[in-house]
Amino acid sequence: MIKPRDDKEFQGCGIFGVMDRSGKRFNGEMIVEAMKNMHVRGNGLGGGFAVYGLYPKYKDYYCLHVMIQDWNEEAKMEVDRFLDANFDIVHDEEIPTNEDANVENPPLFWRYFVSPQKKGEDKKLSDDDYVIKKVMHINTKIKDAYVISSGKNMGVFKGVGFPEDIAEFFMIEKYKGYIWTAHSRFPTNTPGWWGGAHPFCILDWTVVHNGEISSYGTNKRYLEMFGYYCTLQTDTEVMAYAFDLLMRRQGLPIEIVAKILAPPMWDIIDHMDEKKKKLYTTLRMVYAPLLINGPWTVIVAHHGEMFGLTDRIRLRPITAGEKGDLLFLSSEEAAIRAVCPDLDRVWTPHGGEPVVGRLNEKALKKVIG
Amino acid sequence: MRFVDSFLDGVRRLEEIVHQARIEGDVAEIDAKGLKHKELNDLMRFCVERGAKKLILKNVCGQRYIGTRLFFNPGVKVEIIIYGTPGNDLGAFLAGHRIVVYGNAQDGVGNTMDDGEIIVHGRAGDVVAMAMRGGKIFIRDSVGYRTAIHMKEYMDRVPLLVVGGTAQDFLGEYMAGGRVVLLGLNLENGRHRCHYIGTGMHGGVIYLRGKVEKYQLGKEVGVVEMEEEDWKFLEKVVDEFCGYFGREIKMERDEILGGNFMKLIPVTKRPYGKVYSY
Repeated sequence: MIKPRDDKEFQGCGIFGVMDRSGKRFNGEMIVEAMKNMHVRGNGLGGGFAVYGLYPKYKDYYCLHVMIQDWNEEAKMEVDRFLDANFDIVHDEEIPTNEDANVENPPLFWRYFVSPQKKGEDKKLSDDDYVIKKVMHINTKIKDAYVISSGKNMGVFKGVGFPEDIAEFFMIEKYKGYIWTAHSRFPTNTPGWWGGAHPFCILDWTVVHNGEISSYGTNKRYLEMFGYYCTLQTDTEVMAYAFDLLMRRQGLPIEIVAKILAPPMWDIIDHMDEKKKKLYTTLRMVYAPLLINGPWTVIVAHHGEMFGLTDRIRLRPITAGEKGDLLFLSSEEAAIRAVCPDLDRVWTPHGGEPVVGRLNEKALKKVIG
Repeated sequence: MRFVDSFLDGVRRLEEIVHQARIEGDVAEIDAKGLKHKELNDLMRFCVERGAKKLILKNVCGQRYIGTRLFFNPGVKVEIIIYGTPGNDLGAFLAGHRIVVYGNAQDGVGNTMDDGEIIVHGRAGDVVAMAMRGGKIFIRDSVGYRTAIHMKEYMDRVPLLVVGGTAQDFLGEYMAGGRVVLLGLNLENGRHRCHYIGTGMHGGVIYLRGKVEKYQLGKEVGVVEMEEEDWKFLEKVVDEFCGYFGREIKMERDEILGGNFMKLIPVTKRPYGKVYSY
């Protein structure tokens, strides 16, 4: 187990997201260049990427990226046995890595393409809920094994190092996707370890986050009531589960979810018209334990959609840019300009107001089918 | 576990980067491509020490603290022209120099700036003019959160920030002095969306062109009548603004001055004076 460091560093993380809303897939070179531009926002203790449209050949199967801490053979065998008992594994392999990359003590990474084999009580669960349940089992019950991504046709690559080191380690220039998000970490409160790097993922929901969540305890306990258990020793994890709960399970659109996680202040609500006042008051009352307090900016993605959101008084930065079908979200404008100098439009949303990119209709059919 | 200082790690020595600067007479041109924050500032200092009075920086992309380490005794003043996107804390602690940006600026423009001018032909991010204590900043478009937070003044040192567009929340938060002018030239319906304007403000003046509702103001500010000297001040400010950006904005001086201006000043000099007393 990782011992928390007792010293504390103060800095910001760097986050970036790029989406081609026409569904066209592109490789990881652009996002690595953008992250290099924000090198000083991290300190080499965490970097990672999420890619959508990654495994078209296996797009109907859940792909589990599993991290085995310390190459623990027993953990690997236990994961194999567990997955074999609960899923059809159509293909599995070690995730190829570059041994010459500038990283220290990388764990083992394995990917499994699976379809659920539900038995007994579990038959009542939807496929997605079944996968979550099994992921939670691995994360909480199998020592040294962590599922770092679990969606279809997507995946997360992350670890301890600068983003460019992690990119080199996983050779991400070889992968293609229509959404890429990335994170450069500067851990402040919790250990810098491979599982604690961003993005955080459940099913195909990923979150990269800059900031800290001071409501973590409240949020965590609330999410436990819905079967989400936080095991990765860092606050961002609650965000991934909150989005899965609100958006996938409860079917709320991001425009509403933004008002749950980053609700307007009461004195602003007081000045709204009656209808809005009722809506915002209701949201704040029903979802009070999911108010995410503290300074934060997140970039969230799932198939077909990428969005950026900050806390309601924007204590962490975000800039959005557009060029044709490309939508960019970034901690700093310069990182966008570094890969796309001639943007059509660049802007910064108000705190608590999401910037949303969605696949256009044609692409939606093609990519998600 | 390794720890890397991402600011200083890999910073090259001056002789390795000096070829990116070209000095002719008192003008220096620096190609900032691929330069780290410190490298660019090292080169700028090098050029000024060689007699450059004007620095033209090309291909700037995210380099921070531009102009910060140009403190010279006795006060050499230079002009810095920037093409591209300068990084955070542009002109922090600026010691009397003039910075012109052709592009957008990021967060922290003029952080604790001492004197000089910063002119941005574009927009700027959060905390513009934070703790600024002298000099002038002109931003053509809009700015982000917490603009002019804790700006201050002392005797004849009164900093000025002029913003052509609008600002996001907490404009003038804890403001202790100085002048902020928000022109609202790009408002769609004539109304600023900014909330909590002047929260904790205890010095200085904010002039707002365009509408705000009372509840958008912090509890510590009051609206007072514009007087003749305010108009005189604004005329000078708008003239200067139009001098910089006249060709880029679609409005004439008189149209700007003909707008609806509001003057905000703090209600008390010590808004929290009683918080910790009993």
